[in-house]
Amino acid sequence: MIPRFLADRALKDPVASRRGFLLGAAAVTGGLMIGFAPRTAKAQARAGQNPFAGYIRIGTDNTVTIFSAHMDMGQGIYHGIATLVNEELMADWAQIRVEGGWGNPGLYGNVGWGGAVQGTGGSTGTPSSYDRYRRAGAAARLMLVQAAAQEWNVPAAEIEVEKGMLRHKARYMSFGNVVARAAALPVPQDVPLKKPEDWIYIGKDRQILRKYDSLAKSTGRQNFTIDIRLPGLLTAVMIHPPRFGAKVRAVDATRAKAMRGVVDVVQVPRGVAVVADNMWRALKAREAVTVDWDESGAETRSTTEIMAGYHALAKQPGKAVATDTGNVGSAFASAAKVLEATFEFPYLAHAALEPMNAIARIENGRVEVWGGHQMPDVYQAIAAGIAGVTPDKVTLHVMKTGGGFGRRAVIDGDVIAEAVSVSKAIGGRPVRVQWTREDDMRAGRYRPAYVHYLKAGLDAAGNVVGWQNHIVGQSIVSGTPFEAGMVKNGVDVTSVEGASELPYAFPNMRVELTTTTTGVPVLWWRAVGSTHTAYAVETFIDELAVAAGKDPVAFRLDLLKDHPRHAAVLKLAAEKAGWDQPLPPGRFRGVALAESFDTIVAEIAEISVEGNQPKVHRVTCAVDCGIAVNPDNVRAQMEGGIGFGLGAILKSRITLDQGRVVEGNFDGYEVLRLDEMPAVDVHILPSTEAPTGVGEPGVPPIGPAVANAYFAATKRRIRALPFNRPENS
Amino acid sequence: MIRFSVNGQQQELDLETDMPLLWALRDGIGLTGTKYGCGQALCGACTVLVDGQPTRSCQIRLLDVAGRQITTIEGASGKVAEAVQQAWTRLDVPQCGYCQSGQVLAAISLLTENRRPTDADIDAALSGNLCRCATYARIRAAVHEAARALA
Repeated sequence: MIPRFLADRALKDPVASRRGFLLGAAAVTGGLMIGFAPRTAKAQARAGQNPFAGYIRIGTDNTVTIFSAHMDMGQGIYHGIATLVNEELMADWAQIRVEGGWGNPGLYGNVGWGGAVQGTGGSTGTPSSYDRYRRAGAAARLMLVQAAAQEWNVPAAEIEVEKGMLRHKARYMSFGNVVARAAALPVPQDVPLKKPEDWIYIGKDRQILRKYDSLAKSTGRQNFTIDIRLPGLLTAVMIHPPRFGAKVRAVDATRAKAMRGVVDVVQVPRGVAVVADNMWRALKAREAVTVDWDESGAETRSTTEIMAGYHALAKQPGKAVATDTGNVGSAFASAAKVLEATFEFPYLAHAALEPMNAIARIENGRVEVWGGHQMPDVYQAIAAGIAGVTPDKVTLHVMKTGGGFGRRAVIDGDVIAEAVSVSKAIGGRPVRVQWTREDDMRAGRYRPAYVHYLKAGLDAAGNVVGWQNHIVGQSIVSGTPFEAGMVKNGVDVTSVEGASELPYAFPNMRVELTTTTTGVPVLWWRAVGSTHTAYAVETFIDELAVAAGKDPVAFRLDLLKDHPRHAAVLKLAAEKAGWDQPLPPGRFRGVALAESFDTIVAEIAEISVEGNQPKVHRVTCAVDCGIAVNPDNVRAQMEGGIGFGLGAILKSRITLDQGRVVEGNFDGYEVLRLDEMPAVDVHILPSTEAPTGVGEPGVPPIGPAVANAYFAATKRRIRALPFNRPENS
Repeated sequence: MIRFSVNGQQQELDLETDMPLLWALRDGIGLTGTKYGCGQALCGACTVLVDGQPTRSCQIRLLDVAGRQITTIEGASGKVAEAVQQAWTRLDVPQCGYCQSGQVLAAISLLTENRRPTDADIDAALSGNLCRCATYARIRAAVHEAARALA
């Protein structure tokens, strides 16, 4: 049922929306398309590169296709956006499908990033979609209702919409019956939205809205880029530089080119591609190719050497200052106790299970690219540049990906650029560039390695009087188009997020950053800066609590007086974990709290020690993400974030030996396995605040929670990750 | 020419005998439900059943499957398969979904042999199947749920 007042008001009073968008609609072949037309001329000029752009297309065949501004790599944003749309549209859930939108930053620009660029990341999918997709759904419903009112010649206010049917008294009609008429109607502006108390989908559990892709993903029917089949599609495998920065000097492919199924061996800007009619033949032929590399400009250091340099820098004054309140120097001078700690964080690979890939085809001056297009506008421009066409000649196919964790948000479009380059080199023929696991692990783009040097002072009563943190490591955005917006006063915000602003009331606080340069390519990795800052901050807070002789939860709560939401999250986790209850012998608890991407998460890990390693039995998680659009997906993302982060802190690291990446597969680069997965209880704080993202914020607290539990068990602080590195044993 | 059966259908493939079954299934027959994840039997994404036994298809050559019965995710059927896939869907186990073909086949194989698996049995049977989204807690729960449905 729709609240009557909504339909009446909207149809009577079509005024422009406050947000600078005009709702737009168009009759398209077989239906109605609802989108937003940007109001500024500049935005309009950017729009319209993709003639099929829009948010919702309703077909005469009754299908509702939603175009998602965000890529789905498993975080469930397609489900979330469908939920937002359908709360207002009221289609039958079975009518709905979701596809990736692209080619129109005016329409799909990420609101959380300022709106100019389409992209997925920073856990912005839900907050960026919350308003506009509900409005699109509401506008579509109002137009369908109005069309039905005309068709039946009855007042619009007497028509109800439920499960994809329009009803007037005993008469029913499907959406498909009236879309043609609806498409010709003026589009209602300033569309009113349902009140939260009228919601039937948002905030409800999965019994009501089943995740529509679970079945396809449980039966092998979900297609990824690796599965795309096209007439004449070839497979290319790459030979990348053995050291970052090396360049091809000469290629000998004589033997390879004579092998069965081999189409060509071509040199492209990022290396050498071996093209064949199937993957196995391409792989065998690759072994027969010899490349002579010019390594004069290559990174030849080992990670031990790079990290030794970082440790030396960490003890020097930082090159840039991210935070400076009060005076930490005098605070330390007057402190009763001063503590110091140095932390080391390794490079980490994303290691999504679908190794990086992309497909390109160039035909009649048009380029098509299939891939995990996490930054579509950027890749459209890159593909156009390589193929020598204008961006409007580039069609993207936004695929769901087998994981991502940040890796597909690569700013130089690496594998996409390779696919277009290779296709161009072989006359435009369709080709999939498919990296092997080893290529994926060794071709770079890692969570940067960092060293943190922390220092804090306590007064005689155990109050924190000063807090200082110096972070040393590479910048993710330096040298990219994001640098202008994300580096301020020499501080890359992604290097210090989770450290430069803390919810804790420290009267004197200073956070410094020294940005380093290496030849190792880096990138955002699920939860970005907070993957290391939260570990350092939350284990060091724990040290301070111990030094002050206070309970770690109570100690934090004392410091959270100005942050009631953080305090509420921590209290809920403590209560649900039974923080005050005794544990069985051999079990120990640790707690951590972290805000990332505006979502606050507390986790309490319960562990035992096996050998000298923590075995995590249970994690109690409390999360405040504002309104939980899909509570079960919030739980799923917390569970997954905990498992992802736990594997990394226990076992994962990428190392370089004289510039060569040592780890190539899941034997050397270990990740969490099923027998190491703890039971996870997720508790969502009730909220009426606008939603914030959940794809990443489950990750940061797990490392410090486990480390703090490990201290409780062993009295040992693990300050160099991962846990299982030899020097920790 | 190598002959073997895939999902009950006889296949005759003129492919190199050293080609791993994984690539023959994907590129030769067009059955793409079986995924490539590591090529070294380290991740389990390419799991298929060879004469009912879960097998890493990236590590078995065409030569070694001559005359044998292969079941891929596309051919998973019967009471156990149904119970497993229903439980997977009911608990919304998949996130990205890429590993789930292998997880589902490993679970079918476990429940075919052992109708009442304990957590330890599940750990032993499925720890070779990586899930980077870490859907492990739900995988465990879904195996138990499928076992209940089969009881």
